This record gives sequence, C-alpha cells and structure tokens, in this order.
Amino acid sequence: MRNDRLNTLTNGIVKSNPTFRLVLGTCPTLAVTTQAINGLAMGAAVTFVLLCSNIMISLLKKLILDRVRIPAFVVIIATFVTVVQMVMKKFLPSLYDALGVFLPLIVVNCIILARAEAFASCNPVLDSALDGLGMGFGFTLSLTFIGIVRELLGAGSFFGMPIGSLGNVSMTVFILPAGGFLVYGTLMALVNFLSGLAENRKYSASSHNEKKDEKEAKV
Amino acid sequence: MNLYFVIIIGSVFVNNFVLSQFLGICPFLGVSKKTNTALGMGFAVIFVMSIASVFTYLVNQYVLVKLGLEYMKTIAFILIIAALVQSVEIVIKKFSPSLYSALGVYLPLITTNCAVLGVALLNIEKAYNLLQSFLNGVFAGVGFTLAIVLLAGVRERIVSKNVPEPFRGFPITLIAAALLSMAFSAFSGMFGIV
Repeated sequence: MRNDRLNTLTNGIVKSNPTFRLVLGTCPTLAVTTQAINGLAMGAAVTFVLLCSNIMISLLKKLILDRVRIPAFVVIIATFVTVVQMVMKKFLPSLYDALGVFLPLIVVNCIILARAEAFASCNPVLDSALDGLGMGFGFTLSLTFIGIVRELLGAGSFFGMPIGSLGNVSMTVFILPAGGFLVYGTLMALVNFLSGLAENRKYSASSHNEKKDEKEAKV
Repeated sequence: MNLYFVIIIGSVFVNNFVLSQFLGICPFLGVSKKTNTALGMGFAVIFVMSIASVFTYLVNQYVLVKLGLEYMKTIAFILIIAALVQSVEIVIKKFSPSLYSALGVYLPLITTNCAVLGVALLNIEKAYNLLQSFLNGVFAGVGFTLAIVLLAGVRERIVSKNVPEPFRGFPITLIAAALLSMAFSAFSGMFGIV
C-alpha cells in the first residue's frame, strides 16, 4: 500500500513526466523558460493549482454531475488560478510581470484538466493530492531544466548570475522563440534516448519491439 | 487606420500566435499530422476566436468593469468561451450539417486551446476597442491557421523519412517548428513596434 502511494507520487516525476513524456502544457513550457527562475516560478504556480484542484475535485467528485463535470472542473481550476494571480501580484510583482498572460492561462493548461479528469475524479483525496504533487514536481523540474539550458546558452548566466565571460559568447537565438522549440525538441530526444538505453538494459529485445510499436501507434 | 493595419499584419506575421507568442501549442503539435485536418482546425479556431473576442470584450466592458469585478476576468472568460464553443457546436449542427461535419470534431478541443483565452486577455491588456478586438481575434486565428498548415506540410514529408529513433514523433516536429519560427522571426523587423 505504501509502495502504491510512492508510485503515485513518483509517476509524474519520471515515468509520465508531463513535459517530456505526456507532452502536455507545452505553451508555458516554451514561453516562460527564457530564464530558469521564470520556469521555476511557473512550475510552482502550476504545482499549487494542480494540488489544490486535485484535492477539491476529489472531495467533490460525488456531488458533481457527470454531464457538467468539465465546466465544474474548469471553474474550480480558474478559482485557484485567480488566487495565485492575486498572491503573486501582491508579493512577487516582478515575476508576475515576467509570466504575463501565461499566469491566467494556467486555467487552460491541459495537465491540470487531464489530471482532474483522469485521476482526481475517480481516486481518493490522499492519492489525488500525491498525484497532483508528483505531476507538479515533474513539470517544475522540466521547466527549470529547460530554463537553465536556455539561459546558459542564450544569456550566459545561471539563475540571473552571470558566469564568467560566457555572456560575451552567448547565442541570443536560444532565448528567442525559435530557441525554445529547438531546446525542447532536443531535450525530448535526449530523454527518449536515455530511457531507451535504460529499457534496453532492463528488458529483452522482444519487449523493446513492443514499446516501439506502442510509440508508432501513438505517433 | 494605421493601427488597424499594424494589428492585421502584426497578428498574422510579426506576433504570430503560435510561432512567436507560444499560444495554442497543444493543437499545433497535436492536430498537425495532415494538411486537411490542420486546415479544419484552423478554420474552427478563426471562427471561435473572432466570436470570443467580441463576446469577452462586451462582457468585460459592460459587466465586469461596471461592477468592479475585473479580478473575475479569468473565470468569466473561460466560462464564456466554454459556453460559446458549446452553443456554436449546437447551432452549426442544426443549421449547417456540412460545416458541422468539417469542423465538429475540432470544436470541443478549442475550449482548452489557450490561444482563444489568450486573445481575449490580450485584447483587454492592450486596451483595444470592439473593432480592434474583433480584427485581432480574426487575424490571430489566420496566423494560427497559417502556422499549423505549414507545419502539417512539413510533417507529411517527415513521415516518409528515416529519422533517428530518439527524434521520432514530437522531437523532430519541435525542431521543424523551430525552423519555421526562425523564418517568421525575420518579420519582426517589419514595424519595429507592435
């Protein structure tokens, strides 16, 4: 039982990482990761909303009629997003400006609705909370990582701190939109490559083929 | 007059929603396997975006601002968009079955397309008037359609190529999108502003 809970928590971080495996919530992933700190802040905001909405929806799942569940979920999510917006505007105005329109757009972040629909609406409260936390951490880690790579290559700094004279040889393209797509695509390929290596070591050739078929079906 | 021109060219090319503002990436990656379906999705987005721009403008101006409830913007807009998509679906189904069979499947997906909520929020942020909001909605949709159809064209060709295993699927699509975005960034010199 305890093992199950642990799996629920770690599932979102590695096995079905929302950014690199599920490819959900891609808009903020690309838009705010010009700096590592923005990625971290966006991740934290999403984690908070995901945790709260998963708990709330899990608590209310018996009361919400099946036919109106999507609008109900959206209202619950939008409420928590508004809370985040207000808190951030008051206490972290510079981050609020940096995230811009993508803060209210957390409402339509597909990860949150997907977890509400697929997990929270049919699981007990504690599991839903753990799932929300795990998915949120996975999202935060990925965003921060992409942010670190783009900031390092594009501006020659790490969390806003310049690293030596790296700023002089930085490539601005990495903090432009094109660099966002490029870094995301390359990192995703790297993740696929590494997980392919890990699978190969774990299973025999037959199960590898099975995975390949699965992937082709998905594509 | 000049401002209208800037909005039209700006939202299609310079500030292309997908390629330079990162709005609507999910359908951009998800529904871009074939040019036909990409075109269908594009038209559905133009349709919903233009109506949503008008409705959200009116609701914001005459309800939220009047009552001092601007902080309810996010909640109000997402409800308007969800309701709008649902009613558009019902109306089209009733009056134009052929249009429904072309756009029907894409309509429910649009509720969670952040480009639609994005355009509504940006209209308010930039203090556009009703006509400007409407134009911004229409041409942001046109820009979305342009980007998704171009990407679909590229992807149709990639399918038959021998792409290295780890790059198959999403990674190579993202890299194609990066190249498209680089091409579009050349437009950014057009006005210097926008």
